Amino acid sequence: MVNRQVVGAHYGLRDWLAQRITAVIMLVFTLLVLLALLMLPKFDFWHWQALWNLSLMRYAGLLFFVALLYHAWVGVRNIFMDYIKDSGLRLTLYVVVILALISYGAWAVQILWGK
Amino acid sequence: MGITTRQFDAVVVGAGGSGLRAALQLSEANLRVAVLSKVFPTRSHTVAAQGGVSASLGNEEPDNWHWHMYDTVKGSDYLGDQDAIEFMCRKANEAVIELEHYGMPFDRLDNGKIYQRPFGGHTSNYGERAVKRACAAADRTGHAMLHTLYQRNVRANTQFFVEWMALDLIRNQAGDVLGVVAMEMETGEVCILHAKATLLATGGAGRIYAASTNAFINTGDGLGMAARAGIPLEDMEFWQFHPTGVAGAGVLITEGVRGEGGFLLNKNGERFMERYAPTVKDLASRDVVSRAMATEIKEGRGAGKDADHILLKLDHLGADVIDKRLPGIREIAIKFANVDPAKDPIPVVPTCHYQMGGIPTNMHGQVLAGHNGGTIVKGLYAAGECACVSVHGANRLGTNSLLDLLVFGKASGEQVVKDLASDALAHQDLPKDAADRSLARLARLDSAKSGEDVAEVGAEMRRTMQLHCGVFRFPDGLAEGVRRMQEVGKRAEHLYFKDKSKVFNTARVEALELENLVEVATSTMVSAHARQESRGAHDRSDFPDRNDAQWMKHTFWYKDNNRLEYRPVNLKPLTVESFEPKARVY
Amino acid sequence: MRLSIYRYNPDVDEKPYMKDYDIQLEPTDRMLLDALVRLKSTDDTFSFRRSCREGVCGSDAMNINGKNGLACITKIADLKEPVVIRPLPGLPVIRDLIVDMSQFFKQYHSVTPYVVNETPRPETERLQSPEDREELNGLYECILCACCSTSCPSFWWNPDKFVGPAGLLQAYRFIADTRDQATNERLDNLEDPYRLFRCHSIMNCVDVCPKGLNPTKAIGKIKDLLVKRTV
Repeated sequence: MVNRQVVGAHYGLRDWLAQRITAVIMLVFTLLVLLALLMLPKFDFWHWQALWNLSLMRYAGLLFFVALLYHAWVGVRNIFMDYIKDSGLRLTLYVVVILALISYGAWAVQILWGK
Repeated sequence: MGITTRQFDAVVVGAGGSGLRAALQLSEANLRVAVLSKVFPTRSHTVAAQGGVSASLGNEEPDNWHWHMYDTVKGSDYLGDQDAIEFMCRKANEAVIELEHYGMPFDRLDNGKIYQRPFGGHTSNYGERAVKRACAAADRTGHAMLHTLYQRNVRANTQFFVEWMALDLIRNQAGDVLGVVAMEMETGEVCILHAKATLLATGGAGRIYAASTNAFINTGDGLGMAARAGIPLEDMEFWQFHPTGVAGAGVLITEGVRGEGGFLLNKNGERFMERYAPTVKDLASRDVVSRAMATEIKEGRGAGKDADHILLKLDHLGADVIDKRLPGIREIAIKFANVDPAKDPIPVVPTCHYQMGGIPTNMHGQVLAGHNGGTIVKGLYAAGECACVSVHGANRLGTNSLLDLLVFGKASGEQVVKDLASDALAHQDLPKDAADRSLARLARLDSAKSGEDVAEVGAEMRRTMQLHCGVFRFPDGLAEGVRRMQEVGKRAEHLYFKDKSKVFNTARVEALELENLVEVATSTMVSAHARQESRGAHDRSDFPDRNDAQWMKHTFWYKDNNRLEYRPVNLKPLTVESFEPKARVY
Repeated sequence: MRLSIYRYNPDVDEKPYMKDYDIQLEPTDRMLLDALVRLKSTDDTFSFRRSCREGVCGSDAMNINGKNGLACITKIADLKEPVVIRPLPGLPVIRDLIVDMSQFFKQYHSVTPYVVNETPRPETERLQSPEDREELNGLYECILCACCSTSCPSFWWNPDKFVGPAGLLQAYRFIADTRDQATNERLDNLEDPYRLFRCHSIMNCVDVCPKGLNPTKAIGKIKDLLVKRTV
């Protein structure tokens, strides 16, 4: 194969934008949790559990984890793009990271809705 | 000889304003062109031009090319050739508009047209009052222009040879020029660039003086090459001293400062230009202002503890105007003079700035073979500061240099295209000894085990020029100068440097440059010594007046025995009445 | 004055080394470039680029005490001694302080660095309001010295793919020019994870620019336009 520099993948904007939007989501969620904790009459396990029994908190938590995973994906991929020169190795690492992130996602769902 | 030869339709030596403008003409005509430059094109010294480029656009007030022509003729102290001056002033508007279309970021007026400011020596209605004629991009006009021209060349796919230094012209028996011998600086490799047309656009040689606004690269390489090839140099005694170089540093402060309303003060706080030029005051032409400043200093009215400089006041313009129209000046003054011009005046002195003379050409950029008649050197062209058309005569008006390089860069490019199309030029066989002179120069430098130090000989040359051939010139000083320059010339034949490496050997480049500078300095001193009158930038104590009866003529200096010949000034314009010489008052 | 300078001549040296110098300055030597020129007059084997000596040509960019800058506008008095001088980081060294800038200029050339306007040329200038012209301030003044791009880690890692701050600043200079008609093509040319989005806004470029320009801001504006075009 010819060895030439190829660029022009015509993506990047969506990820760049998503990284900013997901950051905002995470910030809002963090504030929400802090606010909720402040409003708890008492900070113990029972109140904590009651809080996370609320659907609002569960769905917000899910949104947070989705945002976190997407944010992490863009960030980690950026690091690979900067430092990993070999395309084959980079692709392999992408797959590994994606699989890891998906399993973290599943785990998060399990925690939020688990018993 | 195992020396590489490469063939082109045209070789352009130099990638400053005129070289780039000419190259553009050639590339857009789909010629095979090689543009050589010692530095990356946008580092050429055109980049340092500040104030503006003149054109009688009349964007702010009535103006026309007749007035511009009159100002230029008068500014030249009647030594400029009036046909060439008419040609340039008539082409000015077209040249500037074209540049705007190429993308030049000119400042704008409220109606969207190009902003123009007043400049020294530019007047309306034949000297009545100052006129706004200088088209400006803040105080970075040269920078904006050079980048725009380079960008346009990128579009035209011009082939550049960056960090190549031309060493010598190749001439055959008939005297035709067949290209150049050049050296790639990165590898030290020498190469013959064989061309049907060779265009010199190597700029000036202001580095012959100790105090100069010029860049290190302004070493008159084209002039040295021409001189060694037996081509005369015209009007070399005329060097412009810019009134406002930062005292001590030499860095240029644009005349645009005075165009925007700044003025000069002596130590008593007197606006002394009112005495020397009652009508336009600080906007008189540069030779007049520089002489006035030098007189003030000489008579003890200089500012500072050594009474050795003049003050340029502009704080009254206000920080807003300064930041909008003169941002670069503020930057330079703070860095190089330790003053903020929005608060304090800038210390300035007249500083060597521009070479009015150069390689003699007609207005199509064709190089003249000698002082007699219009015989041209076939295959050789020159444009810009290295050429003498002559539009600047004995003194150039500010902003006319950028105009010169646009108009004559393009005209010479067009002439090359025309000559190539009409088969007036074709590849001729290279003489066997094509590269011999250059190789001998290099061999001598490379084999020298001892000899004269390049920096020392250079310093001695600059001191001599500064001392003996400055703003004011004295008969015994000039005679002594000629003798000293002969000594410097002898020493320059035995230059020595330690570094014998091939790779990017800047010591070798500096030695080669010094050889060129010495040709220029010698021609200047000899020509100045011989001209027994005061005209424009050439001011002699023993002949304080202009002498039109005997000296309305151009000097032609030949390297061979420092021979001088003369050629009458062309007083006949192309289409209009001539401007007869009269006393020059501003 | 004490200097410690990176020296390497591939003709004679096996590998680069740092050499210490003690030089005697004259009262007129104010800028670092003056000191380097003085040094060269005693050791002519020392090589560096220089030309205008007033900060407009962009020749003498180098790494001075760890920070990129132009020697000609760096005051000697402001420098901590010994002054450690190295070539611009991230570019191949040809000799001493002279680096191979091909990659840098290749990126500059890749952004179509000229005004594109295919409408018939009018007889007079193309009009532009002072406000529209103002948009070019802070962009057109770039001197292509490469201080910014060679201080950018993203450019160090991907000089072949990332346009770099200097190139992107110029890309925006033409986008911002009301006379240019190729905005869409320009945005297409840049919308790429490597060419544009290697910029992570760490602002090293802004920190070192000797002309006080702000490439990060220009890059931000390019991104804004991309967003505007998409949403």
